[in-house]
Amino acid sequence: MNSSVNANSARFLLGFTLLCLFWALGVLIVNWTGAPIPANVVGMGLLAAGLWMGWVRLEWVAAAADGLLRHLGLLFVPAGAGVMLYGEIIRGELWPIAVTLIAGTALTLAAAAWAARAFTRRGEGDRP
Amino acid sequence: MNGAPLFGVLVTCGAWLAALALRERARTPWANPVLVSVAAIILLLWAADIPYDYYAEGGAMITFLLGPAVTAMAVPLYRRRNLLIVHGRAIAVGVSCGGVTGILTAVWISGGLGAGAETVLSLAPKSVTAPIAMEVAAEVGGLPPLAAALVIVTGMAGAVGGPPLLNAMGIRDPVARGLALGVASHGIGTARAYEEGEEVGAVSSVAMALNGAFTAVLLPLLVPWIWPT
Repeated sequence: MNSSVNANSARFLLGFTLLCLFWALGVLIVNWTGAPIPANVVGMGLLAAGLWMGWVRLEWVAAAADGLLRHLGLLFVPAGAGVMLYGEIIRGELWPIAVTLIAGTALTLAAAAWAARAFTRRGEGDRP
Repeated sequence: MNGAPLFGVLVTCGAWLAALALRERARTPWANPVLVSVAAIILLLWAADIPYDYYAEGGAMITFLLGPAVTAMAVPLYRRRNLLIVHGRAIAVGVSCGGVTGILTAVWISGGLGAGAETVLSLAPKSVTAPIAMEVAAEVGGLPPLAAALVIVTGMAGAVGGPPLLNAMGIRDPVARGLALGVASHGIGTARAYEEGEEVGAVSSVAMALNGAFTAVLLPLLVPWIWPT
């Protein structure tokens, strides 16, 4: 094994440890304050702040973060398969679920796009 | 040490690799690897009469990694910090309006059509990325696995129907398009947004992370008002 392989694996481990550390800080804060926010979202906010303030260097966490996020989908497959325990609910409420997914998603898209466009108009040239 | 977790880990990773190979061949958002893996695993457990709890012994080890993975979303957000500086107001307004609309329409439409409390509260975070939606659903009394499944279908609906809807609305601005796709349909919409161009995709990925955090904070506070029990 050459030294660059060692350096890469050490960097991944350093990043993974830091990510777990920020998550753990999130857990502590959520436990202390009782705030109804997921601890890993608090960890994300803390890490973003740490990067922004320069307390955490991007290269310390980049390798581990990219590795985990590249296959983010894989990580929620086991939880998703748990939906097999709720087949009855889905069959019974298929109609309200389907309408909500389609209409709700369309309205959300429209609201976000309209609101954002109101603030991105680069001059009046965008208007017909 | 007992080998029980091996089953869940092997089945999950195997299904995921097979689903990725399938997506390579069928280039359509409907061949979503999460949806395909979940369906394959459910079919396998059902056909071989294996209880979900046995599979979940290994599954839990993979689920654990969602903790560091959601924390890691700070990294792409930080890399795109320039967008926050340049388009800060549009992004803030778009994420807040889209985030609130996503929650209210989900709760009011499904509740109005007579869905039960568990379904309504699992639908409420449907527009945010699955790992966050599962946590938020658990927080407000929904069912995390149901929330994950609904999130994925929402993402596919947004990726397929979103661009034509934005065209019909006459939205051509790349920032507004990326924002709408990321806010309404998280990672699956973001993948679609990158097909329209680098700027659309980058804005979408920022919008996805911000709406995840926004909804995680807002939804638990909002639920007592919009869904009184």
